[in-house]
Amino acid sequence: MQPKSLAFTAALLAGVALAPISLAQDYNPDATIRIGSLYEPQNLDNTAGAGQGINEAFNGNVYEGLFLLTDEGSVEPVLVEDYTVSEDGLTYTFTLREGVTFHSGDPLTAEDVKYSIERVMAEDSQSSRKSSLSTITGVEAPDERTVVVTLSERSISLPYNLSYVWIVNDAASDITASEDGTGPYTLEEWRRGSALALARFDDYWGEAPTNGEVIFQYFTDATALNNALLTNAVDVITSVQSPDTLAQFANNPAFTVTEGASTTKELLAYNDRVAPFDNVQVRKALARAVDKERLLNSIWGEYGTLIGSFVPPTDPWYEDLTGVDPYDPESARELLAEAGYPDGFTFTLDTPDYDPHPLVAQFLQTAFAEVGVTVNINIITANEWYTKIYQEHNFEATLQEHVNHRDIVFYGNPDFYWGYDNPEVIQLIDESEAASSEEEQVEKLRQANRIIAEEAASNWLYLYPQIVVSAANVTGYPVNGLNSQFFAYDIQKSN
Amino acid sequence: MVSFRCRRYHDRDHSRGTRTILAYTIRRTAILIVSLLIAATVLFVLLRLLPGDPANALVGVGATQEQIAAARAQVGSDQPLQVQFVTFLGNIARLDLGTSFVSRAPVLAEIGNRMSVTLPLTLFGFLLALIIAVPLGIIAAVRSERWYGAAISVVSQLGIAIPVFWVGILLVWVFAISLRWLPSGGFPLRGWSDWREAAIGMVLPAVTIGVVMGASLLRYVRAATLDVLGNDFLRTARALGSSFPEALLRHGVRNGAVPVVSILGIELASTFLGAVVIERVFSLPGLGSMLLLAIQQRDYPNVQGVLFVSTLLVLVIGFVADLLQRFIDPRLRSRGSVAP
Repeated sequence: MQPKSLAFTAALLAGVALAPISLAQDYNPDATIRIGSLYEPQNLDNTAGAGQGINEAFNGNVYEGLFLLTDEGSVEPVLVEDYTVSEDGLTYTFTLREGVTFHSGDPLTAEDVKYSIERVMAEDSQSSRKSSLSTITGVEAPDERTVVVTLSERSISLPYNLSYVWIVNDAASDITASEDGTGPYTLEEWRRGSALALARFDDYWGEAPTNGEVIFQYFTDATALNNALLTNAVDVITSVQSPDTLAQFANNPAFTVTEGASTTKELLAYNDRVAPFDNVQVRKALARAVDKERLLNSIWGEYGTLIGSFVPPTDPWYEDLTGVDPYDPESARELLAEAGYPDGFTFTLDTPDYDPHPLVAQFLQTAFAEVGVTVNINIITANEWYTKIYQEHNFEATLQEHVNHRDIVFYGNPDFYWGYDNPEVIQLIDESEAASSEEEQVEKLRQANRIIAEEAASNWLYLYPQIVVSAANVTGYPVNGLNSQFFAYDIQKSN
Repeated sequence: MVSFRCRRYHDRDHSRGTRTILAYTIRRTAILIVSLLIAATVLFVLLRLLPGDPANALVGVGATQEQIAAARAQVGSDQPLQVQFVTFLGNIARLDLGTSFVSRAPVLAEIGNRMSVTLPLTLFGFLLALIIAVPLGIIAAVRSERWYGAAISVVSQLGIAIPVFWVGILLVWVFAISLRWLPSGGFPLRGWSDWREAAIGMVLPAVTIGVVMGASLLRYVRAATLDVLGNDFLRTARALGSSFPEALLRHGVRNGAVPVVSILGIELASTFLGAVVIERVFSLPGLGSMLLLAIQQRDYPNVQGVLFVSTLLVLVIGFVADLLQRFIDPRLRSRGSVAP
């Protein structure tokens, strides 16, 4: 052999020898990811009362929307390739992505999008997002790839609101027990009370998931869930509810504990319509009577965040308002006296019977006793809460956790259960929705939030931590879990 | 000579026994139907007395008043109670268990799925309990003077005192978390088609049930055996030449078994739904957890369906226990009912 071809052959051999090393993946692309959760969906249709569990299992995994709310909180186009907005902001024209097929094989057309949006807006829709689409007056599909949405007024949050709308095949009649979406996974099987399995969809239009199968294992007991992770029966827990068990995972090299950004706010909501809670000074006094840092510490230890308003750090209009009514029992007593309650008063606190509300109620009872306010704790079930407080507004004060993302707008609705009615705030919130730029929207909502915080409309106690625990060989899962979503397509499991 | 007389006694009684059993069966079936109707009515009333609304499980925070009203119309909770009751009775009459308000799934199908977990679990637990209780109970009675007879009796007291879920948690801690021999819970997604995994998943929960139920049954077996030991026919059998174990088995068991069968029936029936605590500790998708969730959600069709099926089960088990007793003890065949 001549030297040149020898060198060439040597190089070729070296290349071949080294290639497997460079091509070797450090994760198993066909792995089965087992996810442990406490939130089993009630059925598979998010307009038929499926509950929070269906967002976790299906959003982004089985169904996609025109837009996607990413784990970082940004809204990105997914099934929409491009869109234009008319000058007056009342007409949106969406151009759909090409080459998208549903799991059943049907292609994605504009008719499917029209059907999907109208499904959420339908009269019998039980979707909690229905009211956010109330500005939509019409949806048309002039051709296969174009969808035109007309509004009654400007709505800057339209793309955001559309990220909650699943694009469902209009040929699918009943999706309470089956599915037909465009996402990277199909529903393989669901055994109620046990588990739900998703299999990789090989004709997915986008990037293939980094795993082959995903199984959501459902538990009703937090301890059983933790035991499953400990004994390697599941690979990751979507959101840890009980701080006591974190200790066994925190300093353990076999597990990874990640604290993300949460949107779950624990609050003491007053009925702002009834005395004495219709008095701003009384509410401010009660805000100053609670040592929130100590409360958070006693429940969550070093985890969790303090908040001074209903807006968590992940919302674009967040600012730190914890300094508005800081812990100051002296000042609280003064304010109460000024408001006309020098000897305090008594009220009933309707407390849901599940953790952590009973504990928080007891803490508040002690804290308020220090400033002369007596609390009678009345324990009720979640079901009762929904009727008595949410619908009938028959309460003085209650405890609740609110998990929704970007939900400051609840304070712009005087019919919401806490009955906060400030015309200036209502106007600011309406204007923010009609804003022509995101900066304007953020500024208006910031102003509204400042007023709400200054008036202590409710008593925002703390922000739950959002903790995901996984086995050390599993990565790529979402850590913020916004809107209870848990995208499984980037999860990698190495052997 | 004794046996000849016994045979004639049996022959004479045989035809009377058959007619009586038939009449007995018809009467029991009638009682069953009436019991079911009464149970259904009590069920209906109690559920609707509870505050809370099934529609609340369908809508959440953010729902408008119109949506809530629509949900209530869908589940029928906006109808007056009389109307709801009549609809309910009508469905029962047609044996239509309906569909769940919350999951929209047919109730009977879901009950079937849950039974495929609860039935084997309860039966395995029950068998284990028998294996523990019968030999140990007899030994504890026969050898009550010895130290091991007394020890068995004391340990069985412990078994009754300790709550069943604590036993379950303990077993999980020892065998699942510390030793890693068995899973800490769960049932395979594909159910019994994954039979190896399903059987392994049944071990700890069945052992939990078996140990606790066994301890309680043991005391009944022991008491029944002690009762039998004091009887004359045993002494007579021994005098006629049988050895003690022979006499005990041929004569003692048939006599002592009758009250124990009653207890067995009651224990078995109560375990079907009572296993809900075990189901929670071991994350098993059984009948008890279906009922618990349905009650929390006020999912009336599911609650009614499960309670109906389990009432039926209880009544059927009672019926079978009764028949078994008549089979064991011929003297009961002509009687109307048995006092345990």
